Amino acid sequence: MSVPEKLREVLTGLKSLAIGLGITGRAFCEKNVTVIYPKEEVDNLASFHGHVELVGKEEAPDVPRCVACGACAKACPSSCLHILCPVPAKEGDEGPVKMGPAPQKGSKTPGQVILDYSLCSLCGQCVKTCPVDSLRFSHHAYFVATDRKAFTLDLMERLRRQALENCL
Amino acid sequence: MQAFDPNALRGDQSSVRFEPGPTEDKLILSMGPQHPSTHGVLRIMLELDGEYILRAEPILGYIHRMHEWMAEQKTYMQFMPNMGRVDYLHAMAWNWAYAGAVERLAGIEVPERADHIRVAVTELNRISSHLLWWGAYLLDLGAFTPIMYAFDDRERILDILQDVTGSRLTYSYFTFGGVYGDVPETFAARCLEFTKYLRTRLPMYKDLVTDNVILRGRCEGIGDLPVDIARRYGATGPVLRGSGIATDTRKAEPYGGYDRYEFRIPVYTECDAMARYMVRLDELETSCDIIDQAVASLPEGPFQAKVGKTLKPPKGEACFAVEGARGKILVTVRSDGGPKPYRVKLRAPGFSNMSLFCELARGTLLADAVSILGSLDLVIPEIDR
Amino acid sequence: MNADILSLSYPLTRLVLWLVLIFAFIGLNALILVWVERKVAGYVQLRPGPLHVGPIGLLQPLVDAIKLMAKQLVTPAAGDKVLFWAAPLLAFAPVTVCFLPLPFDARFNPLPMNLGLVLILSFSGLGVVSLCLAGWGSNNKWSLLGAARAVSQAVAYEVPLLLAVMAVAITAGSLDLYAITAKQGGWPWQWYGVKNPLAFFIFLVCAVAETNRAPFDLPEAESELTAGFHTEYSGMGFGLFFLAEYANMIIVSGVAAALFLGGWQGPFLPGVWWFLVKIYCILFFIIWLRWTFPRVRFDQLLNISWKWLTPLALLDFALAVVVAGLGG
Repeated sequence: MSVPEKLREVLTGLKSLAIGLGITGRAFCEKNVTVIYPKEEVDNLASFHGHVELVGKEEAPDVPRCVACGACAKACPSSCLHILCPVPAKEGDEGPVKMGPAPQKGSKTPGQVILDYSLCSLCGQCVKTCPVDSLRFSHHAYFVATDRKAFTLDLMERLRRQALENCL
Repeated sequence: MQAFDPNALRGDQSSVRFEPGPTEDKLILSMGPQHPSTHGVLRIMLELDGEYILRAEPILGYIHRMHEWMAEQKTYMQFMPNMGRVDYLHAMAWNWAYAGAVERLAGIEVPERADHIRVAVTELNRISSHLLWWGAYLLDLGAFTPIMYAFDDRERILDILQDVTGSRLTYSYFTFGGVYGDVPETFAARCLEFTKYLRTRLPMYKDLVTDNVILRGRCEGIGDLPVDIARRYGATGPVLRGSGIATDTRKAEPYGGYDRYEFRIPVYTECDAMARYMVRLDELETSCDIIDQAVASLPEGPFQAKVGKTLKPPKGEACFAVEGARGKILVTVRSDGGPKPYRVKLRAPGFSNMSLFCELARGTLLADAVSILGSLDLVIPEIDR
Repeated sequence: MNADILSLSYPLTRLVLWLVLIFAFIGLNALILVWVERKVAGYVQLRPGPLHVGPIGLLQPLVDAIKLMAKQLVTPAAGDKVLFWAAPLLAFAPVTVCFLPLPFDARFNPLPMNLGLVLILSFSGLGVVSLCLAGWGSNNKWSLLGAARAVSQAVAYEVPLLLAVMAVAITAGSLDLYAITAKQGGWPWQWYGVKNPLAFFIFLVCAVAETNRAPFDLPEAESELTAGFHTEYSGMGFGLFFLAEYANMIIVSGVAAALFLGGWQGPFLPGVWWFLVKIYCILFFIIWLRWTFPRVRFDQLLNISWKWLTPLALLDFALAVVVAGLGG
């Protein structure tokens, strides 16, 4: 390559370096985009899919709409939902009532709804499969715990607590 | 303290082929599973002469999670979340490939609104994947700021997709016959706003990075990929388009209504890392064009076809190809009539793209190897599945 | 004890006092410089940088230093223990001496010598030996590659650095930094940086390369070599390398300020402040470079030095000689 061409190439190169410095220099003077949690918070959590939670009945918000059919537990790819209902006692069985997975004969409401969130992949199949729309996604984005057991959620307990808070 | 056992460093069955020879000149290096530039757990055994690579061999399997086996244990719909995790950067494309294969097998027709939505979200996801690739590639080359700018732009896409799907990375939005839920009313406006914004950012990327003389020195003339080698290894996507072959699944085997949109497939003939880089940067613009057209003509209608609760496709086999950010994704589903698939085969474009790394890296410097690896845009979880 | 030995006029006392002051200066400046670098890096990347420790994160470097001191010192099992631990000490040792000739103000002159420049250049060359020892003693192939790169890079960029400095020395007629600074004036048109911009440019590029800063930071290339020559160091070993890098940056900026920007000369403010302002301007520029550009490839790095900078520096040196010889 001839000398003036080479020189022009070098000058273009140096100019590109200067332009790059200009861009980062301008960024240096601009406002930061960081949202410094917990002083500030993001504003779009309303569409965030946190773990699922139960939906209460209109007339009794602390009672879930759930009819203990077990469809959600069956639809889940990771088997993280456990709907437990009292097992009808067999003839001659004495002793405390045992809990078993839904559906159980004679149970129209769940005894316990346990979600093992550490297995959940937030696919939403449980929400979609529920025939009575008893499950929905919460917006719980800042879920932090020091113990793994905290991720096994008692959803009925959560519903009752939410109903109480909404009443107050 | 334990005495040091020299046999401890002998190696495993993969590195045995890399035993140091009689001359002490060669350095055997394991660009090991833990390395900042291998984009995941990829292990590359290198034989170096100083800084020149004489031989390179990849060792895979460090993140093999047995997705295809899981497909045989779960029902058709239960397997959908897995597809978001195979290649988490372009999860929508994998979702589409699997959903498309099952729809083809079961004869389900997708309504038009769902098609438009699918195209829009997949292209948005493609843009976010390319932005992350761009930032990470520059990080490998030693520039620490472009990744931050790329992630700032990417956050806007993630906000839009969060409003649509609720997730920010591993989407499980597709269902058989449509999508999981309808898009909010602001979706079209936000997409158009975003594409307008991204088009104003592209000149900044060009000024800061593409025209930068140091980057050109790192990318131009590096990793020359002749067309016959690309064909031999089955490379697809930007890797192939950087070698002059203008093939794109969206135009060659149109799906989801892509034949309705007008867009340009960027092709560069230089065959080097710079060509692949330019292809991906131009694809950002192409995706913007497609999104503009898809949301501008969003029709009314159902977002999901009527499909029974438990899907039991008839016996048979179907495959579906999708253009992912990395190349051609092909999913083959074979059914035996039951609720669970008999076999699901996932063809990852990264696997073929990575195989040609060894031929490309021979004779180059170590720094060039890092540049070539970055230009191939590999996501190791997709390669290992 | 002889009362004389404690008086400031006694050279040994002055030297010891100055060395203590220099240690304090290095320590304080390294802390400040770490904070400045992280904040500048943050703002360039549209994020705040250190924020929570102390007001606007000012105590972050202090806390980091305490953390480094508290870490376990790990020696690689098959590495050469003596060489491995000699390396960080050798990296830090020459730094202190290099501060002595820097002309902070016209009145300070702890060790009057007429070869200040030679002292700085020779002692900063010792830093490369420490990189070599670190790379070899780590028993780690990545560190070895980093060390090998460091040696070629340092050798390559010494030559244009020396030539650029010599050009200025010839123009000023002395190798003493105090004399060179005194020959310049307070206003920009009186600086050698404006009279000989090519030498200034070459010096800056070589300075960035000699201190292993991006875009020439191949020996510690984070994304290729994991961490290069200091991969195996933890705790204070790494801390000393870190400290030495920042101290080297300050020295090299000090030399640039003295040679090209008029040193302590300037209106209104006392000399020391001007010197510090100029040092920090150059430091800010070096930091700005790091966070903007990708890394240069190794052979391109050597090409720049041997094919471009050295011939240009020779040309500049020849021109300076001619101009000085003509009585300029």
